[in-house]
Amino acid sequence: MNAALSQQLRNLAGLGLGLVAFMFYAVYFSPTEGWVFFFQLTVNGIILGSVYALIALGYSMVYGILKLLNFAHGDVYMIGSFIGFGVLTLLGGPLSPAIPVALLVLCMFVVAMLGSGFLGLAIERFAYRPLRDAPRIAPLISALGVAFFLENSALLLFGSQYRNYDGFDLITYNGIHIGGASGVFIQYLGVIVIVGAVLLMLALLGLVRWTRLGKAMRAVSFDREGAAMMGIDPDRVIAATFFIGSALAGAAGVMFGLLFSQIYYLIGFLAGLKGFTAAVVGGIGSIPGAMLGGLLVGLIESWAKGYLNGNVSDLVVFGILIGVMLVRPSGLLGTPALQKV
Amino acid sequence: MAENTPAPEPAPAGVQIGADQWVEQADERRQRRTGVGGRIARLWELLPPAGKLAFLTPAIIVPFLPFMNEANLFNYGVFILIYALLALGLNVVVGFAGLLDLGYVAFFGFGAYIYSFLSGTHHEKGHIYTHHWSAQYSILLAVVICALLGLFLGSSSRRLLGDYLAIVTLFFGQAFVIFTNTTDPYGLTNGANGLANVDPLNFRAFGHTLTINSVKGYYWFLLGSVVVVLIVLWCIAESRTGRAWKASREDPLAAEMMGMPVNRLKIMAFSLGAAIAGLAGSVFAAAQTGSFPQNFSTQVLILIYAVVILGGTGSLTGMIVGAIAIIVSNQALDSTSPPNNARVIFYVALVLGVVLTLRPSWRRIAVALAGTAVFGLAVHSIVDAVWSRGTSGEVTSGGFLTGVIRHFVLLPTNPGRLAVYGYLLMIVLIIVLVQLKGWWRVVAYVPALYLTAFVWENLLIQNPAVTRYVLFGALLIAVMTIRPQGLFGTAKVEIV
Repeated sequence: MNAALSQQLRNLAGLGLGLVAFMFYAVYFSPTEGWVFFFQLTVNGIILGSVYALIALGYSMVYGILKLLNFAHGDVYMIGSFIGFGVLTLLGGPLSPAIPVALLVLCMFVVAMLGSGFLGLAIERFAYRPLRDAPRIAPLISALGVAFFLENSALLLFGSQYRNYDGFDLITYNGIHIGGASGVFIQYLGVIVIVGAVLLMLALLGLVRWTRLGKAMRAVSFDREGAAMMGIDPDRVIAATFFIGSALAGAAGVMFGLLFSQIYYLIGFLAGLKGFTAAVVGGIGSIPGAMLGGLLVGLIESWAKGYLNGNVSDLVVFGILIGVMLVRPSGLLGTPALQKV
Repeated sequence: MAENTPAPEPAPAGVQIGADQWVEQADERRQRRTGVGGRIARLWELLPPAGKLAFLTPAIIVPFLPFMNEANLFNYGVFILIYALLALGLNVVVGFAGLLDLGYVAFFGFGAYIYSFLSGTHHEKGHIYTHHWSAQYSILLAVVICALLGLFLGSSSRRLLGDYLAIVTLFFGQAFVIFTNTTDPYGLTNGANGLANVDPLNFRAFGHTLTINSVKGYYWFLLGSVVVVLIVLWCIAESRTGRAWKASREDPLAAEMMGMPVNRLKIMAFSLGAAIAGLAGSVFAAAQTGSFPQNFSTQVLILIYAVVILGGTGSLTGMIVGAIAIIVSNQALDSTSPPNNARVIFYVALVLGVVLTLRPSWRRIAVALAGTAVFGLAVHSIVDAVWSRGTSGEVTSGGFLTGVIRHFVLLPTNPGRLAVYGYLLMIVLIIVLVQLKGWWRVVAYVPALYLTAFVWENLLIQNPAVTRYVLFGALLIAVMTIRPQGLFGTAKVEIV
């Protein structure tokens, strides 16, 4: 345990050094751009990163408890953003909302989280529970099937056109300027997203640490059979984990819609990959790791878009993922897996 | 020939038996298969491998050659053989070695792009590439490069166990898609436009040239390749290496303890699978004289997986049968083929699904189907009387089934929302149906089947190309949960 902790500290120190070095390079030596550009990218990255962190949490929780890569998670997030859009149009659309905007946004979040939570429950019940004791490869293929099923169902039901959230009409285009009119600009939307993500993560941390359910989740992820012998029903705990993870993905979907306005049936795939990257970089199975990983992936993507170009930013993110998995497969905050013989 | 034996009866759920007992009961299990199916299965087992091959090969050829024009032979015959090759390669990785390779389609793509680059003329971004290599050299190079790439990717499995390997390969596949879609400064892949003007297969040697430029030629060439790959894979599967793969798939730790180089075995499987994909890719590029990024998308990956999973991982026969089943339904549900074919396939699959899920009891099957027919007619006449708009829609390109559909399925003039709600309700009904037991399930079949027909006629037939992917996704889940060994795989017996 001590060795694992010092390993994590060393990882964090290395990460911090790398970030500081990159900041110095970007601010002082980057050929054309100055500090405003750098910090603007950083702010955008943090906003994006909080969305990724929410997705990563679902991946990480499910992996922690079932040792299963839930490939369908990205598509649950996509369905969540469509549910949010449905609520938005039902309540009058972005231009003439029937109820106050704050309430509307809250409604969107709540309904989308509930909807995708129940979707997660259904997926677990039908695609994963029958395969609890099957070889490791079976649930992975089943997950692939679920992802494909959801994606194409969305294409059938909602069509291939973009749906417009118009987050900017909903919550005005204003924001906070830091350092004068030409300084760093944060939209109110961004603030809402960051605050919302932080609140959800704190709630999750509290739940895992202090409630009976959280305790049961930790127990099941540590040793399922042992937990069952102690009177915990693993099926119920796993279902609850799926519900919570999918609900977080639904919230992330609504945030994505608000931030980027346009949603369509394919957003789940890339977002899922990036959420997964975040979970792995942070150390899959670790909740603080997923948050840190999400933030990092958002920052790296934003910087890569700013300093390189938009096309390669995804490649940079995936390259970093593969690098992390080859050099440090247990991620920044994960504990290396010990194989019992 | 272990993979070709039809699946033995799985042990009843919850009951696990010891290995010796299982071996002892082998004859008993074999006798338990009665009826025509059982007799055929037993005869099949008696055949030597060469005999099986002799039976299988005509089974692939006969349906396609005489009855098909050029376009259909390409869409069905050539595609089935390409996917059979791909499935055979993926089977080495997934079936023999038990590794999940989600970047497999990238090797297919690499094979196609390497062939296109080496044998063709391209003017891209001011660079002119005119390498008109002979096919034998460019195919060979494509296969070797793919094998090396597989070696490189597989060597990551030294450190990455199980799931992590799936992810690294998934990202490898994704990186390939991004790489081919992005226009690079040297015009190597020509971005989203892909590489056109690729030579057909030109074998030049000793001053002679053999060019394959008819669809029939490709069909025969691919058939030859499939047969050669089948023989090679069968020999490997029965060799020391093949048995070692299976051992390390079942229990890597035990295999390691028995002295098998598990890591090297994994990398070998990866590399062999990649090489076969490279071969399939280069022939594919020659057959369609070009390679384009959309040929190597995630859809293709899912298609290959559907073939492997339906056929049964680890079984060579299964790959051929799976390729025929999946590709025929995939092409029939394509947006360019007549919708009535899709309709016939859909209803046949629906009835087959009912029969398979209610199987031993013919009475239940009859009740479910007859009930649906009566229920449908009743609902139709009620709706016709109450809300005439509900039945006044047009049948989408009905063909010979038009009359039946018009008097059976509700066809609102503008289904729109109704069809969408119908789809959601159908999914809910299917979920309910799975939960029910006994006769209640048979009762639930009636509205579920009717609703399925409603959704098909009003929503799905408009988009058969999307529907097929929904169905393949559902197929992967269903096969995994109901019959993980697929059609021809060997069921696992839990040894205690």
